[in-house]
Amino acid sequence: MDLLEYQGKQLFAKHGVPVPPGRHADTVPAAVEAAEELGYPCVIKAQVRIGKRGKAGGIKIANDRDEALKHAEAILGMDIRGFTVHEVWVEAASKIDAEYYASVILDRSEKKLLAMLSRMGGMDIEEIAEADPSALVRRHVEPGEEFTAEAAGQLALDARIDEDVSPAVGELLLKLHEVAVAEDATLIEVNPLIVTSDREVVALDSKITIDNSALYRHEELAELRDRSAEDPQERMAEDKGLTYVKLGGNVGILGNGAGLCMSTLDVVAQAGGKPANFLDAGGGSKADTIVDALEVITSDRNVSAILFNIFGGITRCDEIAKGIVEASAKTQIEVPLVVRLDGTNSEEGLGILADADLSNLHVEKTMLGAAERVVELAHV
Amino acid sequence: MAIIVNEETKLVISGLTGREGTFHGLRNRDYGTDVVAGVTPGKGGQDVEGIPVHDTIAEAVSERGANTSMIFVPARFAAAAMSEAIDAGVHTVIAITEGIPVYDMLRVYWQAKEAGVRLIGPNCPGTLSPGKSNVGIIPAQFFDPGSIGVVSKSGTLTYQIGNELKQAGAGNSSIVGIGGDPIIGSDFIDILTLFEQDPETELIVMVGEIGGDAEERAADFIAEQVSKPVVAYIAGFTAPPGKQMGHAGAIISGSSGTAEAKKEALEARGVQVGRSPTEAARLAVEAIGARA
Repeated sequence: MDLLEYQGKQLFAKHGVPVPPGRHADTVPAAVEAAEELGYPCVIKAQVRIGKRGKAGGIKIANDRDEALKHAEAILGMDIRGFTVHEVWVEAASKIDAEYYASVILDRSEKKLLAMLSRMGGMDIEEIAEADPSALVRRHVEPGEEFTAEAAGQLALDARIDEDVSPAVGELLLKLHEVAVAEDATLIEVNPLIVTSDREVVALDSKITIDNSALYRHEELAELRDRSAEDPQERMAEDKGLTYVKLGGNVGILGNGAGLCMSTLDVVAQAGGKPANFLDAGGGSKADTIVDALEVITSDRNVSAILFNIFGGITRCDEIAKGIVEASAKTQIEVPLVVRLDGTNSEEGLGILADADLSNLHVEKTMLGAAERVVELAHV
Repeated sequence: MAIIVNEETKLVISGLTGREGTFHGLRNRDYGTDVVAGVTPGKGGQDVEGIPVHDTIAEAVSERGANTSMIFVPARFAAAAMSEAIDAGVHTVIAITEGIPVYDMLRVYWQAKEAGVRLIGPNCPGTLSPGKSNVGIIPAQFFDPGSIGVVSKSGTLTYQIGNELKQAGAGNSSIVGIGGDPIIGSDFIDILTLFEQDPETELIVMVGEIGGDAEERAADFIAEQVSKPVVAYIAGFTAPPGKQMGHAGAIISGSSGTAEAKKEALEARGVQVGRSPTEAARLAVEAIGARA
């Protein structure tokens, strides 16, 4: 789960990482009130899970009430590359002397945490690495070893951070590591990490990814997740406990198992189709899951044909077939449904489908054949 | 021979008394796996259809001679169960459980490494050596004994490919699901190493997916250290960046971890990559036919 900037900053504040004072708002009047409270100049920042908000016009400085009103009206409700802005963070403007970069991330390859620091902040980490690889200093936290103040301080020295603020930057990096471990974060990035004109070190932005598997031990963060789904289908799927990702095409897809489902999207794309979604019905799914899944897929109005690609291992094909029949009895599925059932109890499953004699149902024997068929039907 | 599990495997199952644990534990035993014990704290002395249950894995090791542990307990207790298995002295731990926190896995990963214990998973379907032993949830009916080794991040995708191999008359030495989590005990390279050393394995099928760089590193390793032919399949060409595609580890971050990059890395080192599971299976059958 990716936190919004302000959620990340609130987490920072909780752990003593310095952040500028700010207020959250989800209406124009609330945003103006927040600006009035904070004083001017202040910054109104769109809260969406996508980068380069500033370039898209999602971050504006307000010097008085009128400007705060104007910017809040412009930003709330605006679209930033497919993300609608529903909330803003209003923050006291900072006077910036220098922009650095700091992060603590989980390095999957090394199976260690990795702390990184650079005196070239304000641009993408990839850009820093490309522009001047020596400007980005890295240090792994070895297993069983503490990430110490000395280690963090050394990183600040190595990164050639301005001497007067080097201890504060080291300390902040140490705290970011603390936040990562305490909150089960697999990525914490502060870019830019600024030095103010008063030579104070402050996190001006935050990018935090929390490990979904650990949310059970972070109640407050788990609540944020419930509100994180933007798309109506994604929200509906989340309520039903389904693993669903909206993709924007017109071929609805259901597979069992994440790998097979991803592979199904690929073969549909290879056949010339545009997948509408990823939906993993999971292992051992029962008829109820299928009814729920069909409800989510068909609620997407773009969907003009659906493909079920099932290879039953633990999942039994007869359960899938029952689910399809049940869902069809409950609501008229108006689009063609292509079904490929293979594996455990596939003959029973195919028998159930044959008996039900559904007019919109097309049974295919192979995965590739099914992909071609559904693309053909989606285009009719 | 085969790898990881075979006739020598003596299995202890943590979570055998749970619904899923019982179902799959008994299926493993029916297949011929020597399931020597189950472990559930507080249920020592009971049995599950004749399989004795102990309070601790250490007891199962000392009293029943268990050498391999399968973890089937819920996610929040799974890391502790894995730690217990490592301490108890089994040589292999296979963790099926999905949804174990990443930081817990980091700790267990290094504990296993230090103890010299082979860890497979978590969030994996287990390991099957057809005709010998099945540890996990892989439906054995789709695989025949043979000479193709399969290593995969995904369960159902493996069944799909295995079944296509079977229909083409090819069988498997072992099928290893390494799991779809960001931190897993054994990576492609670890399993490729075992297949390279296994006399029964003549060809290796590697099934990867988006996220991380395990496939890219495997590509380098194959070029340098694997003499046997390798055929690959990668899932997730249509996955958008930043979205988790079911598996916790299947996420493209920025421009890294894409299916395209993995395919290119493999092909640049002479590994054939199938465009679909069907094509990957066909390439494998052709390659093994050419060798026979």
